[in-house]
Amino acid sequence: MSTVTAAPGAAAPPGLPAGPRPEPPGAWAASAAFGWRALLKIKHVPEMLFDVIAIPVVFTLMFTYLFGGALAGSPHRYLQFILPGTLVMAVLLVSMYAGTGLATDRAKGITDRFRALPSWRLAPVTGALLGDVARYLIAAGLVAVLGVAIGFRPHGGATGILAGIGLVLVFALALSWAWTTLGLLLRTPQAVMSTATVVLFPLTLASNVFVTPHTMPGWLQAFVAANPVSHLVTAERALMAGHPAAGPIAWVLLASAVFAALFVPVTAWLYGSRR
Amino acid sequence: MGMAHAQAEPATHGRPTSSGGLAIEAERLEKRFGTTIALAAVDLAVPSGTVFGLLGPNGAGKTTTVRILATLLAPDGGWARVAGRDVAAEPLLVRRAIALAGQSATVDEDLTGQENLAFLGRLAGLGRRAARARAAELLAAFGLDETAARPAKAYSGGMRRRLDLAASLITRAEVYFLDEPTTGLDPVSRTQVHQLIRALATGGATVLLTTQYLDEADQLAGRIAVIDHGTVIAEGTPSQLKAALGTGTLRIRLADPAQRPRAVQLLAGLLGVPVHDGPGPETLTMRIPAAPASRPPTQQAAAAVTELGRAGIAVGEFGLGQPSLDEVFLTLTGQPTTGPATAAGSPTPAAGSPTMAADAKKIVKGSS
Repeated sequence: MSTVTAAPGAAAPPGLPAGPRPEPPGAWAASAAFGWRALLKIKHVPEMLFDVIAIPVVFTLMFTYLFGGALAGSPHRYLQFILPGTLVMAVLLVSMYAGTGLATDRAKGITDRFRALPSWRLAPVTGALLGDVARYLIAAGLVAVLGVAIGFRPHGGATGILAGIGLVLVFALALSWAWTTLGLLLRTPQAVMSTATVVLFPLTLASNVFVTPHTMPGWLQAFVAANPVSHLVTAERALMAGHPAAGPIAWVLLASAVFAALFVPVTAWLYGSRR
Repeated sequence: MGMAHAQAEPATHGRPTSSGGLAIEAERLEKRFGTTIALAAVDLAVPSGTVFGLLGPNGAGKTTTVRILATLLAPDGGWARVAGRDVAAEPLLVRRAIALAGQSATVDEDLTGQENLAFLGRLAGLGRRAARARAAELLAAFGLDETAARPAKAYSGGMRRRLDLAASLITRAEVYFLDEPTTGLDPVSRTQVHQLIRALATGGATVLLTTQYLDEADQLAGRIAVIDHGTVIAEGTPSQLKAALGTGTLRIRLADPAQRPRAVQLLAGLLGVPVHDGPGPETLTMRIPAAPASRPPTQQAAAAVTELGRAGIAVGEFGLGQPSLDEVFLTLTGQPTTGPATAAGSPTPAAGSPTMAADAKKIVKGSS
């Protein structure tokens, strides 16, 4: 294809596109491009990782030493109980970044550019979720390493911990789609952040993370028993103890599937809709 | 007004062109947001390989039209085809044929200029190395190579705008939608963008350009549609529109404001048109009449200024400019731009808008 030339006498200005337009990237390549963008954003704005780093460190140390003596007789004994719960909290509490990122893009108008491209409609969402996976791994890794450093010794060993991290990742990714839906509905990233926080705090606190629920009033026990986070924590404890429990794991996978089945199509519809 | 409408041709029913087709067709496009009518009935016919100017004030419906044509919004009524594809039924095929530079500079502020372009290059289907190479080419072409490694949030408004335009030129498109591409650019960058737009059309692409500047549409566009309140109120070639609009505005700055009453009297008598107050106490503006044809506006203006000098009225400065957008609307609609149009900066039709100030400084060379 010959390069474009301007009117006779005038040199063609530099920068004009030459050659035929390439085929648009496939779903995976487009997602990977957006994932690369998400990682670049982390690289350029590392302070965005503050909570991803601070929450695991603070929670692991604070819960262990604050409640340990009172609730389990010693911090060391409590650590064996609380750490799988700390892991779940630390990961879930940073699960809204893909959602807030979508709201930011929308507020800045950059979404228009993406939506006018012929590439896969959901790539901006799946790419942002790749960035979220990086955050989950940092948060989970910190909890695990710090926990082991201060004396967490599960019977399941490293395999148990890695399996636990894998399971919480699955659940957090499914939950992220709820926040991406919010990111396309609410007008500002702050609104997404605060809504997600308002949902996540009761969901993670009103569970079996800190104590076994048998001392709670009946209505709260009922909530805790139905709370998917409780099942996740139970599954985590069993995985790390080295004897995986099929029931809780199945429950977690089912809850993840339900979240995904609800919020993936809604996110896709909202992103593609031409309102 | 009647004259303007007489000049405006029916906007559809494909007229023959050199390349024989229409790159953009729209008929009776409608769009409402709640109770606000953004587009009442927009008709467009843009021949392939040309630059088409969509001219109008803020809030007229330019951006809504572009967003519908770029498959970002569904129209509530009417239909549109871009590159031969229906925007409602075949959005994916339309997206394969277009490139969009939206009104807000849509770059990622956290990423560097280089990363923005390389990322969008990947999304456009280029390989890793090709995307990087194309990014470097564009950064150099748009004078951004020195700041390529800085995050876009550190860029000035003009630099962001250039980065955004560069992003729209990563790969070849059949139809480019450029929504106010020169807003916020300095004169040098503006000229450069104008060259690029011309070159895109010379290369066979179609460019739909929205602008608030009549002179920009005049310089670049083969045809212009004037849009106001969601309706195309005039359409034609720049010369057709200018003929309909009258030839221009004479602006005079007197050396001594005290001589103003005499000057007004003299000029009104000479030209036979009303003389208006300009932005300052010593400035006057008036429309030069189109008739008689034997006396082109430049001659009439020169004669008027000479007469002032003969009468002992010292002229500090004068210029014959194209009508400003405000004056275009005044002529086409009989009223100044209204509603949201005035919100963003043209307070009154006669005085003080940036567009008009710019026009007033420019001396028109002959008739175009």
